[in-house]
Amino acid sequence: MIIKYLTILLILLPIKALAIIEVDITRGNLNPLPVAVSPLSLDEESKNNFKIILKKENIGEEISAIVENNLKQSGLFNPLNKDAFLQKPDIANLKPRFEDWNLIKAQALITGKVTLVDEKLRVEFRLWDVLAGKEMMALAFTTVPNNWRRVGHIITDKVYERLTGEKGYFDTRIIYVAEEGPKTNRVKKLAVMDQDGFNNKYLTLGNELVLTPRFSPTNQMVTYLSYFRNLPRVYLLDIETGMQEVVGDFPGMTFAPRFSPDGKKIIMSFAKDGNSDIYTMDLENRIVERVTNHPSIDTSPSYSPNGKYITFNSDRSGYQQIYVMQSNGKKVKRISFGNGLYGTPVWSPRGDLIAFTKLHKGKFYIGVMRTDGTGERLLTENFYQEAPSWSPNGRVLIFYRETKTNSKGEGFSAKLWSIDLTGYNEKMVETNTDASDPSWSSLLSN
Amino acid sequence: MNRNVVISFGLHTLLVIITAMSLPFLSKKPIDLPPIVSVELIQISDKTNIPFAPKAKKIIEKIKEKEKKLVSEQAPPKKIKKQKPDAIPLPDQKIEKIKKVKDEKQNPEKVETEIKQISEFEKKDLFDPNSIAALIDKSKVESAETNKKLDKITQNQDKETDFVGLTLSEEDALKAQIFGCWSIPLGLPYNENLLVRIKLQLKPDGSIIRTEILDHARMNKPGQGFYKVLAESALRAIKLCQPLRVPSKGYEKWRELQLNFDAREMLEG
Repeated sequence: MIIKYLTILLILLPIKALAIIEVDITRGNLNPLPVAVSPLSLDEESKNNFKIILKKENIGEEISAIVENNLKQSGLFNPLNKDAFLQKPDIANLKPRFEDWNLIKAQALITGKVTLVDEKLRVEFRLWDVLAGKEMMALAFTTVPNNWRRVGHIITDKVYERLTGEKGYFDTRIIYVAEEGPKTNRVKKLAVMDQDGFNNKYLTLGNELVLTPRFSPTNQMVTYLSYFRNLPRVYLLDIETGMQEVVGDFPGMTFAPRFSPDGKKIIMSFAKDGNSDIYTMDLENRIVERVTNHPSIDTSPSYSPNGKYITFNSDRSGYQQIYVMQSNGKKVKRISFGNGLYGTPVWSPRGDLIAFTKLHKGKFYIGVMRTDGTGERLLTENFYQEAPSWSPNGRVLIFYRETKTNSKGEGFSAKLWSIDLTGYNEKMVETNTDASDPSWSSLLSN
Repeated sequence: MNRNVVISFGLHTLLVIITAMSLPFLSKKPIDLPPIVSVELIQISDKTNIPFAPKAKKIIEKIKEKEKKLVSEQAPPKKIKKQKPDAIPLPDQKIEKIKKVKDEKQNPEKVETEIKQISEFEKKDLFDPNSIAALIDKSKVESAETNKKLDKITQNQDKETDFVGLTLSEEDALKAQIFGCWSIPLGLPYNENLLVRIKLQLKPDGSIIRTEILDHARMNKPGQGFYKVLAESALRAIKLCQPLRVPSKGYEKWRELQLNFDAREMLEG
C-alpha cells in the first residue's frame, strides 16, 4: 500500500528533462546542385531501329543531352562532365555504385533506358539520391518517336520538381514576334518555339503587322493583335490545330489582349470616344464589359491567378504608375511609388509578385514587386527592354531587349532574354531572327 | 486501525509539504544564478614583469642563499641525532652551534627588510623553496604544472557547462560548416513553415551514427510536398558535411544534437 502511494508520488514529482543541444541552421548556399545525367541506355536492336526512324545515332544520348541542357539553363543545377563518369549507363540504371558517383561529387543521379516497343518510344528513368544511396523517383513514358525532344523536357520537369519543390517549366513553348528587315520597314511574323529554342515555327506569313501574342494559361490557345487593312483586330489561334478566328475589331486599340486565368475571357484596353479604358470580353457570348471608367489612360491589364484582382497601368496620378483593383473595377489602389515611370505589369502565376517595366533616367528596368507594391526589386537594366512574361512556375521572366543603333541607323537588333527571379542567370534565348513580345505557355503535359 | 491512521497522517503531511513547496506564491522563485566558472589565478608576473627580472633574480638568489643557510644550520640537530651513535660532539661545541643558529634566526631586522622588498614579487612563492626552484631552474616543470592546472580548470568548466551546450565559437564552427553544405531548394514556398528539425547521433569524431527527422509525419501530408524536398536537402547537407566539426571534448554533451534547418530567411531574401 505504502509502496503504491510512494510510486504515485514519485511519478508526480517533477523530473528534470534532459536537454538536447539545438543548433539553428538559417543559411545555406545557393550554388547549383551537382547532378550527374547518365546517358539513357539503349540496346542494339532499339538503337538500329531509332537510327532508321529518327536518323539519330544514339537517341539515349540525345535525350540525356536535352535534360542536361535544361538543368544547366535553369541555373539551379550543375550537370557534371560525362567524361568523369565511372559507371556505364546500362549498369548505372540497374544499380548505381553510389561510391563512384560520390567520388565525382554528384549529389543526384539520373539514369534511364530507351526502347522501341510497338513502334513507340518508351523511356524509363530513375532519379537517385547519391548521398543517401536511395532511389527518389522512377517513371516511364511512352510516345511516338518524333516526340523524343518533349520526353527530355518532361524528364527535366519531373527531376526539377522532385529536387526543388516547385513545378518545372521545360515542357513549354514560347510565342513571340519574329522580326526581319530594316528598322523602318520591319516584317513581323508570329512564331512559336520550344522554350529551349528548338522546333521554331512561323504561324503567319508576315503580310500584316502582328503584335503582343499571349498564351492562354489553361491550354495552347493564343490571342494576338493584328492589323487588317490598317484596322486593329484581335485573333484567337489554336497552336495545336492551327485554327484561327477573329474575336472582334476594336478601333483605337491601345494595348495587348490577355486571357483571364480560366481562359474564358479576354481583358484588354482600347480607346473609346478618345478615352482609353479597360474592358473584358466573354469568349463564349462575345459580350464586352467596361471595367474602368476614368478620364486618364488605363492600359495593359493583367489578372491575378485567382481571377479576383486586376493589375494595370494608368496615368491618373499624373505619371504612368501601376494600380491594382478588384476584377469588377472597384477599389482601385496605386501600388508603385518609386521614381520613374512604370508599365506592363504582369501578375505572377504564383500570385505573390507583379513583374513590370520601369523607365527611369533614360534607362529601362525589368523588376518585380509584391502585390501591395512593397519589396520592389529591379532585376536587370538596359538601354531598352520591356514586356516581361512569366514562366508557368513563376520562377523565370522572359522579355525582349533592343540594342542601340549607330549614327547611320545600323546595328539595331531585338532579342529575347530570360532572367531568374533572383536577378541571376540572365541569358539570351537563341532565335533564328530578331524577336520581340514573348509570351510563355503553360506546361504542355498538364 | 491506528496503523492506517498513522500512514494516512504521514502521507497527508507529505502531500501538504509537496503542495506547499510547488505552489508558486508560497515558494520563493529560485534565483537564476549563472553557472559559477572557477578561475584559478596563475603566477605569471615573473614572466611579464621583465624590467624587474634582474633585480628579482638577485633578491631571489639572496633569499635562496639565506634559505640554504637556514636549512643547513637548522639541519645539524637532526644530523646530530643521527650521528649520535657514531660520534657524540662535546657538550660545549653543541651549545655554541645551537646558539649560533638561534642568533641568526633571531635577526629580525635583516629578514624583515628583505621580506618587504620581496613582497613586490609575491612573497609566498618566493618563500616556497620548491616554487623558487621551479621559477629559476625548472621552467619545464612549471609549465607542466601550469598545464595541469589548466587541465583541471577545463575539466571543471566542462562539468559546470554540461547544461549550457556548445560555446559560441563551437556553435559557429558547426554552423559555418553546414552552411557550406546545404544547397537550399529554391522553389520552396517561402510563406510556409520551412523548419526541419533533425536529431543526430554522433560518434566522437563527428561522423553520423543516426539521423531522425522529428516531424516525419509531415512528409506524407497532402500539400506538404515541399517539406519532403526540404528535409531531404537537409539530410544531404548533413551527409555531405560529415564528419561534423564538433568540439574535441565533452562528447557526452553533444553525442545527441538537434539541427533546426530553417530556409525562410534565405528564401525571403
